[in-house]
Amino acid sequence: MTVTRERAAVVGAGPAPARDARRSGAAFPVHLAMLAWAVVTALPLLWAVVSSFKTDNEILNDPWSLPASPQFDNWSRAWTQASIGRYFLNSVIVVGGALLLTMLLGSLVAYALARYEFRGNRLVYYTFVAAMFFPVFLALVPLFFVVQQLGLLGTYPGLILVYAAYAVPFTVFFLHAFFRTLPGEVAEAAFIDGCSHSGVFFRVMLPMARPGLVAVGIFNFLGLWNQYLLPLVLNPDPDRYVLAQGLAALSVSQGYRSDWSGLFAGLTIAMLPVLVAYVAFQRHIRAGMTAGAVK
Amino acid sequence: MRHGRWRFLAGALVPALVLHAVFVLSPYAQAFYLSLTDWTGVAGEARFVGAGNYARLGGDSLFLHAVRNNAVMLVVVPLVTIGIGLFLANMMHLGGHGGRRGIAGSGAYQIVYFFPQLLSLVVIAVLWGFVYNPNNGLLNGALRAVGLDGLTRSWLASPSLALVAVMAVLVWSSVGFYVVLFSAAIDSIPRELFEAALLDGAGGWATFRTVTFPLVRESVHVAFVYLGIAALDAFAVVQVMTVGPGGPDGATEVIGLSLYRNAFQYGKFGYASAMGVALFFATLTLAVLALRSGRRERLELA
Repeated sequence: MTVTRERAAVVGAGPAPARDARRSGAAFPVHLAMLAWAVVTALPLLWAVVSSFKTDNEILNDPWSLPASPQFDNWSRAWTQASIGRYFLNSVIVVGGALLLTMLLGSLVAYALARYEFRGNRLVYYTFVAAMFFPVFLALVPLFFVVQQLGLLGTYPGLILVYAAYAVPFTVFFLHAFFRTLPGEVAEAAFIDGCSHSGVFFRVMLPMARPGLVAVGIFNFLGLWNQYLLPLVLNPDPDRYVLAQGLAALSVSQGYRSDWSGLFAGLTIAMLPVLVAYVAFQRHIRAGMTAGAVK
Repeated sequence: MRHGRWRFLAGALVPALVLHAVFVLSPYAQAFYLSLTDWTGVAGEARFVGAGNYARLGGDSLFLHAVRNNAVMLVVVPLVTIGIGLFLANMMHLGGHGGRRGIAGSGAYQIVYFFPQLLSLVVIAVLWGFVYNPNNGLLNGALRAVGLDGLTRSWLASPSLALVAVMAVLVWSSVGFYVVLFSAAIDSIPRELFEAALLDGAGGWATFRTVTFPLVRESVHVAFVYLGIAALDAFAVVQVMTVGPGGPDGATEVIGLSLYRNAFQYGKFGYASAMGVALFFATLTLAVLALRSGRRERLELA
């Protein structure tokens, strides 16, 4: 099946664990170097999680101690009082909406450009792809006024539209290459059977492109979930803050109030969903993100 | 089969093109024009000042600090990140026995290394703000725990250390991604090449220099472009983590931060746009240089 082969081509971008490794038995200094970086990576993260269960006094007196008794109260304080819960929900709404819109528009454009010949095809393609090479900072000032004039400043639809607009170019670039590799026979057969153009796209080509959609979908989700600059400028209403924004604001205000434990709890809550998703899908995620860089 | 073709094409392309034109193309185009005006945000009151904003950039000492800091990061962050990334990826594959692939547990190491890549830079900045805290932070706590009290510092408050501290965070957060990227590149090198090197008596370093590195060079180029673009940004980490932000005394100022402050705190929209244009040309130069040198050095594996 061609479909499975395509899947392997994309997912296979990730590294396969080498099996003969176990037999070779690497030298001790190598393991030491590898372990050292693992500790450097993991220690700050574990430290934040442990600190989120400590009292402020324990945090201030000894950064290395374990909590005498776990303070679950920190978590509930961060979730309700410090509004992490609300920010979380805002992020889910904005990123969910933007991701759906990005994938729909991106795959439609990529498919139309990859499978149809018409005058201006290349022009449209480069119009999208060129935008990937422009820093968002350049657009920032005029973008603020465009969104303001449309009355979309600080609204969910405003953020969703802007997020999608800036995620579509890469999606087009990635899926364009992908749709080109799909075989045309199935689509032709569907046309002969009387399927409409949109029917062929939604019922035949889109399902065949699933591995590509998953890869670019994961890439987009992480990029949108971690977006900070756009909401900082376009989303000034604290009730609508997304998670990254809320956490940044919190680190300033909680710092003044010295509620360290609450801030550690907020930080851990922000990391948790990403960690859970990563543990569940780690091979797909690494494959998808590195494939995005290589293409 | 031709029936409905144009209707489908229009339906597929027009919504995305409208979105693209309104929120992406038009802001980029306006930015170039705005950078030539003294606009402060009041409709209809933008005065054309030609290259005036650009001339002022040259005399703005904080902006010059920002340019210098971005330039330092542009060199240091990619070099250090790629150095550590290549080292670890190579270790994973050639662990001790030149030619053999992979050490035990390399999959587990990659899982751990990669994780910071998934976190928002804001989360990373808040976390490292704690790590660097002089009194109860992890870093000084670790130094005290091993008896190196003399090395404890106020990392982010010291003008000579703050930029290093920022760069360390950027390196920390991106090494894992490049370990995975380089590792995949090394995986695709035919095994016979390593075996030939081993038979010729090449040690670990010689194998890396003559076999591995030339064949992963393209990935290294990609890495340079990506890390360079990240180093030209660095906005989130600086804005959330440093004192001021951008301090102490401009020591961690970056172009993005100057732009943000001038536009959205001082309302100097024309001037801020000039900074955006400067940043655009810096990014463009970087990409063009990297792509050109990449093409020349491409090695065919036949």
